[in-house]
Amino acid sequence: MQDLADAVRMALSLAMSGDAGFIEIVLLSLRVSLSATAIACLIGLPLGALIAIGRFAGRGPLIVIVNALMGLPPVVVGLVVYLNFSRAGPLGWLGLLYTPTAMIVAQTILVAPIVIALSRQVLEDLHAEYDEQFRSLNVPRGTAVWALIGDGRHALMTVALAGFGRAVAEVGAVIIVGGNIDHLTRVMTTAIALETSKGDLALALALGMVLLAVALAVNALVMGLRASARRSAYV
Amino acid sequence: MPHAAETVTLRRPGARPMLPLDIAGLTLAVDSRRLVDDLTLRLKGSGLTVIMGPNGAGKSLLLRLIHGLIRPTAGAISWGGVPMSAGLRVRQAMVFQRPVLLRRSVAANIDFVLGLRGAIGARAAAERRDRLLDRVGLLGHARQSARLLSGGEQQRLALARALAVEPEVLFLDEATASLDPASTQMIEEIVLAERGRGTKVIFVTHDIGQARRLADDVVFLHRGRLVEHRPARQFFDDPSSPPARAYLDGRIVL
Repeated sequence: MQDLADAVRMALSLAMSGDAGFIEIVLLSLRVSLSATAIACLIGLPLGALIAIGRFAGRGPLIVIVNALMGLPPVVVGLVVYLNFSRAGPLGWLGLLYTPTAMIVAQTILVAPIVIALSRQVLEDLHAEYDEQFRSLNVPRGTAVWALIGDGRHALMTVALAGFGRAVAEVGAVIIVGGNIDHLTRVMTTAIALETSKGDLALALALGMVLLAVALAVNALVMGLRASARRSAYV
Repeated sequence: MPHAAETVTLRRPGARPMLPLDIAGLTLAVDSRRLVDDLTLRLKGSGLTVIMGPNGAGKSLLLRLIHGLIRPTAGAISWGGVPMSAGLRVRQAMVFQRPVLLRRSVAANIDFVLGLRGAIGARAAAERRDRLLDRVGLLGHARQSARLLSGGEQQRLALARALAVEPEVLFLDEATASLDPASTQMIEEIVLAERGRGTKVIFVTHDIGQARRLADDVVFLHRGRLVEHRPARQFFDDPSSPPARAYLDGRIVL
């Protein structure tokens, strides 16, 4: 219990102090995870929409696979990205190992299946509603995809949040490909892992609380956007 | 009702006329139940055809079949001698019983359709959109969310959207079934005006009064079969088949 009280005090003082090293860690966490979520959405939303409205051979198995990939273990993703980016790997010449870029790549791979699988579900429901009308109007497939994404934007925001939550909370992938290098690739989760292993449980807990607060803030922001959109009634 | 007279009569110059519609041996079977059963029908010229019949007669299915939204189990559908295809569907439009509007503004719902039909320029498109909205009495609601309109307003918007494609054939599937009298009247007026412009209108309803008001000819269906197809006056004055007579008398037809 002593640790917990210390942690709360420390979390508050950390957040208040404006300690440069600490802020650097928080900002890098946000940069890596928001970038990964954004890229995963760019790739995943159109794919989710195509699976939602497409009728092609292998669609059923594909959905099962994508759903299963939502449970990809981060360490496995980290390992695969590591092997590709390591000096001897096929992408080693890029020199990306132990950089934030490698971390973004790893988290994108983690988040993309979540975005694809959940957006597929959301858009399939919407498509069921729009399908007949769209066929009556001869809406081309590409236009239909974007219309579904546009009209499903509020539900898709929740999908993006789920992806961001996954990214910002994971430690296995970023620690393998990033290496938890101070001032370079240290993010909140890897810092927590480090402090825990050093025995500084209070600092680890404090960082954990800050991580939670950041996740809360991002969610609150998106929900606020959603509520204001609802008030202007494009529901 | 004020609406700008549109002078387009031949909307696709050079294109083969859509009519007559020829339906031959049309059958739709689901799990060995024949929902549309060996239906043969020819609709000539323009005018307003009402498809009538009790619930489950296959009216809406017939409409979807001839609009190409459902594939028949057997039979053939051709428009002006050309088998039904997506290319022909571009020249048709349908208003559904429950309007499916995009989760956008009223204006954006029209813009979406105008955008599908190629470049007419932003200003011309905006003018056409405003004219269409004015025609259905929704110009003042252009910036509102389509989903927050009343049921009657939503259906009028759906009608305006259908008219935005300049259809040569306009289908309405019980489009006024859940609307109040004022909205129903407005939709009927617009539909009659469309007929006056030479648009073929095919109107599904089970409302006898409405059929009397609108129909030039009546197609009466019963259990997926064509029972009668006759000019409206003949049909209403002297229905020749027992099911149609029972239906017009308000007796339950099973």
